[in-house]
Amino acid sequence: MQTPFQNTHSGPTAEPIIAIDHVNHYFGSGRLRKQVLFDITARVEPGEVVILMGPSGSGKTTLLTLIGALRSTQEGSLKLFQAELYKAQNSKLVNLRRSIGYIFQAHNLLNALTAQQNVQMTLDLKPDLSSREKKLRALDMLGAVGLKDWANYYPSQLSGGQKQRVAIARALVGQPKIILADEPTAALDKKSGREVVEIMRQLAQQQGSAVLLVTHDNRILDVADRILYMEDGYLKEMERERGADMAGAFG
Amino acid sequence: MFAIPLAWLQLLRERVRLLVALAGIGFAVILMFIQLGFRDALFDSCVRIHEAFEGDVFLVSPQSSSLIAMKSFSRRRLLQTQGVEGVASVTPIYMGFGLWKDPAKKGTRGIFVMGFEPSERVFPTSLLPDLKPTKLKDVVLFDRESREEFGPIATLFERDGTVEAELSSRRVTVGGLFALGASFGADGNLVTSDLNFQRIFNRDLSKVEVGLVRLDPGADLKQVLRAIRSEIAVPNGDIVVFSKAEFVAFERKYWQSSTAIGFIFNLGAAIGWVVGTVIVYQILYTDVADHLAEYATLKAMGYRNLYLFSIVFQEAIILSVLGFIPAFFLAIGLYNMTEKATALPIFMTQDRGIFVFVLTIVMCVISGAIAVRKVQEADPADIF
Repeated sequence: MQTPFQNTHSGPTAEPIIAIDHVNHYFGSGRLRKQVLFDITARVEPGEVVILMGPSGSGKTTLLTLIGALRSTQEGSLKLFQAELYKAQNSKLVNLRRSIGYIFQAHNLLNALTAQQNVQMTLDLKPDLSSREKKLRALDMLGAVGLKDWANYYPSQLSGGQKQRVAIARALVGQPKIILADEPTAALDKKSGREVVEIMRQLAQQQGSAVLLVTHDNRILDVADRILYMEDGYLKEMERERGADMAGAFG
Repeated sequence: MFAIPLAWLQLLRERVRLLVALAGIGFAVILMFIQLGFRDALFDSCVRIHEAFEGDVFLVSPQSSSLIAMKSFSRRRLLQTQGVEGVASVTPIYMGFGLWKDPAKKGTRGIFVMGFEPSERVFPTSLLPDLKPTKLKDVVLFDRESREEFGPIATLFERDGTVEAELSSRRVTVGGLFALGASFGADGNLVTSDLNFQRIFNRDLSKVEVGLVRLDPGADLKQVLRAIRSEIAVPNGDIVVFSKAEFVAFERKYWQSSTAIGFIFNLGAAIGWVVGTVIVYQILYTDVADHLAEYATLKAMGYRNLYLFSIVFQEAIILSVLGFIPAFFLAIGLYNMTEKATALPIFMTQDRGIFVFVLTIVMCVISGAIAVRKVQEADPADIF
């Protein structure tokens, strides 16, 4: 689909799919200017599942929106597929977003569309697909998240867990190399939260996508290859065991 | 290939809102149709008599401003015109307002009276079949499409074969019917002979209101007009010369520019347009506000602002087309109703239909252009 991908797998010194170098971020301007991210440096390799934890207001979501190309980087370097986001133009950001699957805390499905049409919205961004192919791929993906029989239902007719699964199908159907999820289980009960994360991890593995998951939910930490911890705008990497302990503190 | 028609599906999803929007747009469209319809009906009704005249050239006094305010000129000019090359015949037409007394209710009302020699053909026989009765003393012909306030003359005439009434304190007999139709200026029409006209209005027939001139077959209208103007109108300075088209335009121009009516109806139509714009704006704005989170999501997925703008404009166009269609047919119904109630020539024309449709589209697109600013608030970085 996009040339940068091929490079990531081209040799033993493969570039990380997300490369963050000394990123600072500020909100406001003038005297109200407030720094929210301090000297963030991190890497995510292709196919990795990384969990980002931390208390509310620690800057997790801000970092996620930077990686999701929802805002341009103010200081430092942030590269997705080796494309620099530092002071990037809006049009470049929009193009990069098409290679990222974004899953939100609220499902944010389009209420006027059926589950299948919602999933298809991702594919409508790819002009080279026929409408028949788009439809089939959307149905396949709904089948993969276990909602084959719910394709023609509207979001208002689905349960919270089902809606979040449709949102996952929507994020993954375009086979993005990066999947960003912002507390996808926050609105779900334990069982459906677990299911949703499992499906996400499984599909990401099949597609070879990297997953960056922001969560408070210590019940799902075991899906991660690595856990990053964020507090007051600083990022730390944690040992797995210690991460589990820390998570216990939140629970 | 074929993308999902999001604009249409979103409108369809909110049925009640869609119906309210269509009712609002339909109301604005009907208001525009009614106002413009009345305006055109007024202008058309005022030139109905002019268009019915079977003549090629018309002479009137320069002081005349419209058919309801005619000044007379000397009949001699008409006789002089008879001598111009290319002129076949001339007919003097006398005009005035008489007071008509409804034989049933005894109320009086001004009625437009035309008098001319009964053997002359002034109107086509389809409109005025038989002038013979007016050769008798004090016999008039009554316009069956006059307003009802003049009394049930046509009904009485058809039942009894004759109706006695009073015109300007003179006993007259209705000896026949014709159909020219009422105008805003004249609620009803009478036609009689020149001699009866003289009796009723007690007037000297050497002064006429309109001189109707017929040309020889094959005569060049422009040449004859030029000849009458240079040989008779200019040296004397007491007549103006019109071709039939100019005569119609002259009357129309009076109503358009010398009365407030054109302005009033245009203003009414403009208000309808503004009301429609506000309604569509409200609907579109609410729709965008309701979908703000969804739109932000679409942006996070990589949809451009342009796509979201196009959704709003598509909704605007869909609303305008869907609102226009039922309103168009309702307007035709209202025209028929109005025509029956007022005897005015009000009907749907292709030009007006297209004009109002374009106004409706512009109305919705402008509303969309204002509502579209709200889309920019759908910033995925701020919402999540």
